[in-house]
Amino acid sequence: MNRKKLQKLTDTLTKNCKHLFRGFDKDNDGYVNVSEWIYGLSVFLRGTLEEKMKYCFEVFDLNGDGFISKEEMFHMLKNSLLKQPSEEDPDEGIKDLVEITLKKMDHDHDGKLSFTDYEQAVREETLLLEAFGPCLPDPKSHMEFEAQVFKDPNEFNDI
Amino acid sequence: MGVALTRSAQWSAAGYGTRTLEITPLNEAILKEIIVFVASFIYKHPQEAKYVFVEPLEWKTNLDPSAFESGYIVSETTVKSEEVDKDGQPLLSVSVPHIRVRSFGQLSRLLLTAKDMKLKEAQACIEANRDPVTKILGLDYNTMKEDTSVVNILDKITKDEDPESEIKMKLGMLLKQLDLHLLNHSLKHISLEIRLNPTIVKNDIELLKHFSGKGEQTVLESIDYTSDYEFSNGCRAPPWRQIHGEICYVLVKPHDVETLCITCSAEGVFLNGGKTDDEGEINYERKSEIYKDLVTFLKERSAKFSENMSKQDVRFSGEWKKKEALKEAPKKEEAAALQKALPASGKSVLEKNYINFGKSQMTKRLQPSLNWKATFDFKDKGASKDTQEEKHGRRLERSGPPVSPRRSQLVRKSAEKIEEIISESSSESEEDEEPPDHHQEANAGLPSEYWQIQKLVKYLKGGNQTATVIALCSMQDFNLAQETCQLAIRDVGGLEVLINLLDTDEVKCKIGSLKILKEISHNPQIRRNIVDLGGLPIMVNILDSPHKSLKCLAAETIANVAKFRRARRAVRRHGGITKLVALLDCAQNSGEPSQSSLYDARDVEVARCGALALWSCSKSYENKEAIRKAGGIPLLAGLLKTSHENMLIPVVGTLQECASEESYRTAIKAERIIENLVKNLNSENEQLQEHCAMAIYQCAEDKETRDLVRLHGGLKPLASLLNNTDNKERLAAVTGAIWKCSISKENVTKFREYKAIETLVGLLTDQPEEVLVNVVGALGECCQEYENRVLVRKCGGIQPLVNLLIGINQTLLVNVTKAVGACALEPESMMIIDRLDGVRLLWSLLKNPHPDVKASAAWALCPCIQNAKDAGEMVRSFVGGLELVVNLLRSDNKEVLASVCAAITNIAKDQENLAVITDHGVVPLLSKLANTNNDKLRRHLAEAISRCCMWGRNRAAFGEYKAVAPLVRYLKSNDTRVHQATAQALYQLSEDADNCITMHENGAVKLLLDMVGSPDQDLQEAAAGCIYNIRKLALATEKARYT
Repeated sequence: MNRKKLQKLTDTLTKNCKHLFRGFDKDNDGYVNVSEWIYGLSVFLRGTLEEKMKYCFEVFDLNGDGFISKEEMFHMLKNSLLKQPSEEDPDEGIKDLVEITLKKMDHDHDGKLSFTDYEQAVREETLLLEAFGPCLPDPKSHMEFEAQVFKDPNEFNDI
Repeated sequence: MGVALTRSAQWSAAGYGTRTLEITPLNEAILKEIIVFVASFIYKHPQEAKYVFVEPLEWKTNLDPSAFESGYIVSETTVKSEEVDKDGQPLLSVSVPHIRVRSFGQLSRLLLTAKDMKLKEAQACIEANRDPVTKILGLDYNTMKEDTSVVNILDKITKDEDPESEIKMKLGMLLKQLDLHLLNHSLKHISLEIRLNPTIVKNDIELLKHFSGKGEQTVLESIDYTSDYEFSNGCRAPPWRQIHGEICYVLVKPHDVETLCITCSAEGVFLNGGKTDDEGEINYERKSEIYKDLVTFLKERSAKFSENMSKQDVRFSGEWKKKEALKEAPKKEEAAALQKALPASGKSVLEKNYINFGKSQMTKRLQPSLNWKATFDFKDKGASKDTQEEKHGRRLERSGPPVSPRRSQLVRKSAEKIEEIISESSSESEEDEEPPDHHQEANAGLPSEYWQIQKLVKYLKGGNQTATVIALCSMQDFNLAQETCQLAIRDVGGLEVLINLLDTDEVKCKIGSLKILKEISHNPQIRRNIVDLGGLPIMVNILDSPHKSLKCLAAETIANVAKFRRARRAVRRHGGITKLVALLDCAQNSGEPSQSSLYDARDVEVARCGALALWSCSKSYENKEAIRKAGGIPLLAGLLKTSHENMLIPVVGTLQECASEESYRTAIKAERIIENLVKNLNSENEQLQEHCAMAIYQCAEDKETRDLVRLHGGLKPLASLLNNTDNKERLAAVTGAIWKCSISKENVTKFREYKAIETLVGLLTDQPEEVLVNVVGALGECCQEYENRVLVRKCGGIQPLVNLLIGINQTLLVNVTKAVGACALEPESMMIIDRLDGVRLLWSLLKNPHPDVKASAAWALCPCIQNAKDAGEMVRSFVGGLELVVNLLRSDNKEVLASVCAAITNIAKDQENLAVITDHGVVPLLSKLANTNNDKLRRHLAEAISRCCMWGRNRAAFGEYKAVAPLVRYLKSNDTRVHQATAQALYQLSEDADNCITMHENGAVKLLLDMVGSPDQDLQEAAAGCIYNIRKLALATEKARYT
């Protein structure tokens, strides 16, 4: 596997994942070493729901305090709505969206999401796994990646 | 506004082509008169003004709601009067642009409100309501018109204590007055511009003809056309005269003057030069002034005519209708029925009229309109009217008497809902009716959910996928089973967005969207909207997706949506059936790539959803075919072996739907599905039991299957399920299965062992019709055996059976008559039936419009007559009964004919009755049937003929009516029972010499000689007897020749 090809692969894999690096770089040394890389890929490609939840939560918890706060949510969701010129306050919609999300996921009503809240919500509705933006490879690129790396995806299917 | 309205249309025929009134001076004048009448109505007749119309007058108004002032509840687009009827419905309601008015008071007020728009409103109203009198007073008004003689009306009023009908009567009179007034008024206009046309002339002449004849009372001695030939345009004048506008020539002989030869032309009516004696040619020259019509002309010419005419004038219009009524005798009966309904007391009058109104509408459907005024532009109007009525009639069939169109809509809607929910097999015709979109009444009372959902839909539209997913998840938190939420999603345009999402590449969005669609598609309206928006093809495509959860959701949604025909068709057209069948396959080969544990869904689940969708789809015939072609049956059979209840229900459900097709039943046998069905009968799940029983019911049409059910021990669970009567649907399915299974004798024996018959008798009362049909059907089959007949009698089953003879459900009646007939085979049961007057009930079922019921009743009568004591006397005691039976021989249904022949055979055993039916012309009717190829009919016909020979000169009569030759041909049939009956008949007929000759000529002797060699003794004997008679005749003639 040459360098170029690998780059292409990771590109397809991480197209949508802006927080990828931080998620992979466990020891925060600014580099992704081999074991980190393997671990990351493992979560991506073969991860269980728990592993994925853990990974996603870490990504969403921007400041790493163990909670996803309103501000963090706002930050992550701020580009998620089309700006409508007619709206008086463009942030109004985002704020509302944050409220909706909190209502949906904040089970202990403390105004921020703990991992427990998040876990519970995701277990109820798996769609909420990537509630604040994509951080896992989407199934299509996932498949492409596997197709390129393993050639035959079925070969490893039954792991 | 009254009868004259329709007449006014007549007079302005040229302007009355389509559904609009042209603005002619005449129409305008009439409209003005009507407006004056209506506007002053409220002051002149305050009491009558409150009368609520039978049907509202509806039209499109140009009035602005804001024009209404006090006394009305006005909103932006709607107006409701504060005045309401006793049901609380407003007497006037507007929802722009439609207006509905239900009393004269409101009409008067409306005209006052309309101010300078009066004319337009009146015109619109009349255009939209072609027959306002019927709407105002109901159809029974026609009866009143039929005997307009004042005495009669007074009589009725005095007899009738009911104030409502009194008001109605008064109103009728008022309308008549207006009518007369309008007539006179418009006459003035008409005389100014005479334009006759062939139809008017024809009507006039027809009418006059009706009043002419011998005697002092008639207006004329005779009136005739000079030519019998009528051109297609209705004229009788030769073409070269037609260009002068001449329509026809009439020879009129009044009482007091000589025959007049009259020309009727478009300009008017005048005397011509008369018929020249030698060539019969007409001298076309005009010899008199032009009159506006025949009647005026004749009044001028003949004093007697005008005198008699004025006498007649009072009942003039009435007579005209009578004439029409005479043409349609059934019409009159109906009228009589309505008349009967009229004096019924209290509130029920109106309701009853409604029912009758509906009924008569239905019976009238294909008959030409009674309305004599309509004869004018009969062709185009009649057609449109008929279709209208047809529509109306159909609606009635579905929803019963319309209390008001709005109510009936509701009823229909709920009926449809039920229809869609219950799993009935593909009665495709009715399902297609679309329920009316019921719009949000007003924006006022919207629940808070509405606004929240609106906001979410906004985010769906304007968000990226992250926001979309959040919005979708949040939307799921609403109670999507609630109609307000479902409709809210639709009304804010959410459906479009959700369906659009399905077309994207985003798996998460698709899943979220499908989850919502799945829920809201429980609502019938939403289903239709989804189909309208083209959602089905997209969902069908999703079935190909590698994601199992997506497949599942899509299949489940399809299962919900495909509850009506158009949707099922769409699924099929887009190849959905094949894909759904492929889903069933998932369970078998689990080698599919499971994409990631995140979207892990069990294969079983996929198959279950596939089966669920197929279940919905399998209600259409074409889809059943498609499922079979896609190889669905083996897969379903495979799935049936699993033990997941959730899976079994849709699988059995699909099988049960499909089993209505012959090809499926064969396949079901071949795939050994019955075994599993029986096994699942023992399941704990009631729904599963129900569907299994239902599937057995469908499949057991076939003897082999019935045997299979028994061999796999299915009869016992069926019998034991009978004891649980709480779940009516299951009970219906179980009884149905028992019914079909009991067609096999061995099964009946088993059922007796399991004491099922006693239980069945117990189910004869207090059960819904679906259950009753099956229970009675099963008893009918069981009672074919003697022991069971006794058993049914001992359990007291006869009484409830006879009671059921009064029902109206056709299937039930067919089964009940069969069961009663079977019981009647046993003398003791027969005594009970006789005591309960069951024979009379059976007899009256011969009048049932449905041929199956008729036939079944006639079959049942046979054993009754056979086993009753004093059968002859009993039969005679039914007034008109014998005539009824004989007349049934005119039916064109073979089964009815065969059954009636059998009944006649039994009736004719009594000499006196035979004499009576001979008088009613049984011989020619039987003879006419002789040319048939139907062996069943042949057999019973031959028996009947042989019986009927026993009276008077019937033998010879059969010969005269040429029944003998066809009978001889019966001997060539393959059915020995036909031979036996025929030989008997021929033996009887051969007592008549002429018949012997006919038989001989048709080669009967050779055929009969073969019969003599038959092992059947009766046949032998009859054949021999017949040959003996023929031979005797031959000998006699030979002897006569030589001596």
